[in-house]
Amino acid sequence: MSPAFLYFLETVLNGLMTGVMYSLVALGFVLIFKASGIFNFAQGVMALFAALTLVGLQTGQVPFSHLINAIFGTDFHQFGWTLPAFVAVIGTLVVMIVFAYLFEKLVLKHLINQEPIILFMATIGLAYFLEGFGDLMWGADIKALDIGIPSGGSFWLEDVTREWAAEGSDYFGMYIDKLDVVAALVAVVLVLLLMLFSQYTATGRALRAVADDHQAAMSVGISLRNIWVIVWSIAGFVALVAGIMWGAKSGVQFSLSLIALKALPVLILGGFTSIPGAIVGGLIIGVGEKLAELYVGPFVGGAIENWFAYVVALVFLLFRPQGLFGEKIIERV
Amino acid sequence: MRLKTLLATAALAMAVGAGPAMADLVFPSLSYRTGPYAPNGIPFADGYADYLTLLNERDGGIEGEKIRMTECETGYNTEKGVECYESTKGEGSLVYQPLSTGITYQLIPKATADKIPVHSMGYGRTSAADGAVFPYIFNYPGTYWDAASIIVKHIMNEEGGDISGKKISLVYHNSAYGKEPIRTLEELSKKHGFELSLYPVDHPGQEQKATWLQIRRDRPDYVTMWGWGVMNQVAVQEAANIRFPMDHFIGVWWSGSENDVLPAGAGANGYKAVTFHGVGTDFPLFEDIKKHVTDAGKAAGDGSHIGEVLYNRGLYAAMLATEAARTAMKMHDTKELTPDMVRDGMEALKIDEARMKELGLPGFAPEIAVTCSNHGGPGLGAIQQWDADAKSWSLVTDFMGADREVVDALIKEDSEAYAKENNITPRDCGA
Repeated sequence: MSPAFLYFLETVLNGLMTGVMYSLVALGFVLIFKASGIFNFAQGVMALFAALTLVGLQTGQVPFSHLINAIFGTDFHQFGWTLPAFVAVIGTLVVMIVFAYLFEKLVLKHLINQEPIILFMATIGLAYFLEGFGDLMWGADIKALDIGIPSGGSFWLEDVTREWAAEGSDYFGMYIDKLDVVAALVAVVLVLLLMLFSQYTATGRALRAVADDHQAAMSVGISLRNIWVIVWSIAGFVALVAGIMWGAKSGVQFSLSLIALKALPVLILGGFTSIPGAIVGGLIIGVGEKLAELYVGPFVGGAIENWFAYVVALVFLLFRPQGLFGEKIIERV
Repeated sequence: MRLKTLLATAALAMAVGAGPAMADLVFPSLSYRTGPYAPNGIPFADGYADYLTLLNERDGGIEGEKIRMTECETGYNTEKGVECYESTKGEGSLVYQPLSTGITYQLIPKATADKIPVHSMGYGRTSAADGAVFPYIFNYPGTYWDAASIIVKHIMNEEGGDISGKKISLVYHNSAYGKEPIRTLEELSKKHGFELSLYPVDHPGQEQKATWLQIRRDRPDYVTMWGWGVMNQVAVQEAANIRFPMDHFIGVWWSGSENDVLPAGAGANGYKAVTFHGVGTDFPLFEDIKKHVTDAGKAAGDGSHIGEVLYNRGLYAAMLATEAARTAMKMHDTKELTPDMVRDGMEALKIDEARMKELGLPGFAPEIAVTCSNHGGPGLGAIQQWDADAKSWSLVTDFMGADREVVDALIKEDSEAYAKENNITPRDCGA
């Protein structure tokens, strides 16, 4: 094969992997929108908050240490212990469940039957609150995230694919980041778990019932409030997974909340109510933007992948407003 | 009665408005302790504040005149930065450090009209180094164009003096800041015969896979970077991932802090950056900081950033500002300074090694001599390199000068264009 064709394949492969990373963020949006009709503006910040909590617990950081030290004149920063990654993940999950419970109790409960735009506004407020709260709790420093996930280029793939190139060509193998491969595997497991949960558990069926029709679900005794706590907890778990994968790339820092921007075109493309849509949308956006950057970028000055993703999404929006897998809502008057 | 009250009020207002500066010397700090760039803003703001606190605590201020620092949170946002400027300038602010190229660009005409000096130390508009056109804007001790030239000079030194035919790439933040070195690198490319390739990265730079796939494919000999915030961390990580030789990856001074390399762990080992000041705490001044500021419970932060690159930069910025104020006091024979007097002090600032030693910072930075025509300072820089095991930077070269022939010509060209666009008649700075 010619090196040019192998570069093309490499770009597609890496685009797919990047797309999976976008899907991880988009999944959280879909879960909440599907169950409650809320576009959760805070999903990116939830990923940040989860990652901050994970690193904080793992490294034995004292939460609110700046506040405590400022008030009491103490100098506490570290507990002096470190937690195994698995324990820290479980601990973070507990924190995200507590967060979901409190958000339902303190905010959502009071907004039942309000317009979707009001609930959307509430999530904007949540995003800013959570960002400030995360800063207060864990500090603004950039934190290295290390829970043992392999990263860096795969030597194996380089060696195997080097032989694919035509003899004498100056090709040095195909590149793929091991972290991206792990993220793809995690995404597959996550989607399978979510599908099994929604198909084969009573709670999952209740979630689907609520997603189909709130009032009908409530009329058969399903507690909307409990469902919201469960959905926000699951979204918190998905946010944790996204936070881990993105945090491993750049360190855990407040820019992490901006990954939500990467999920928007994915959602437009895949539909706001479809879990497979979030995955397929992510893959299309990932491949599309990488190909555009490498093959169109050089002719227009480069740095086009961010906005190109939105162009792709807009084109889809024109022809299929509900997205690839979204539900077409027909309202009869 | 009413007329008398009005007249009295007007007289009082005129007295306050036209009178000399207030009792304290006011140094505003446009900091950003919140938002995505806070990890960089906090150490700089801490260093700036701690140095001013040290002078107050140890020396009773500057020449006995107390310092008052007014901090205003910009969030690294241009609009907020301008609001901060507008809301603090009336307090008698003597010199502004905008801490953002975007804010600096907005303040250039405003501060010039208000006759308040701006010190954009190693950032902002490079051609502001031409003091004849920009009398109130200073960017010493070095500019982006100096940095680009020094990086190329370092590469030449590494390559035995000949870089013709070599490939040098620039990975840059796709903004006015990131594009600053392009002209200089293009000129240097013509002069030295290296091949320059450009890789823009869109804000914020969280995802750079396409960029690094291109770099892996094109295999440049050296990569230089003009990044900021998360873009730096991701770039260093991606470079490590594609196994790009890190000692051939050289960032500008805003891409060379601990924040930029720590997340990549061992992969960042050997990464380099140009700098205009020393690293670490191995200077006598830090003992004073510990004694009079940290141990006295008066530090701006929790002390965890002391000696970090950006803390040292904030400290250095404060030192340059206070030395300019000291110079102004001597020039005007008064301790009650106005911004205009501090501007004069900045333009006459001279700090030699003997003075650096007196300040407790021997060898920390090159000597400085600002003049009417040269607001960009000596334009010297050294290369620092990251040791991932020791988690520390060390200087691996001496301070070296930029290619003045190329850089000065570009500054002249750009400042003349600015003067023409804005109908500015350049001052006569003499020969």
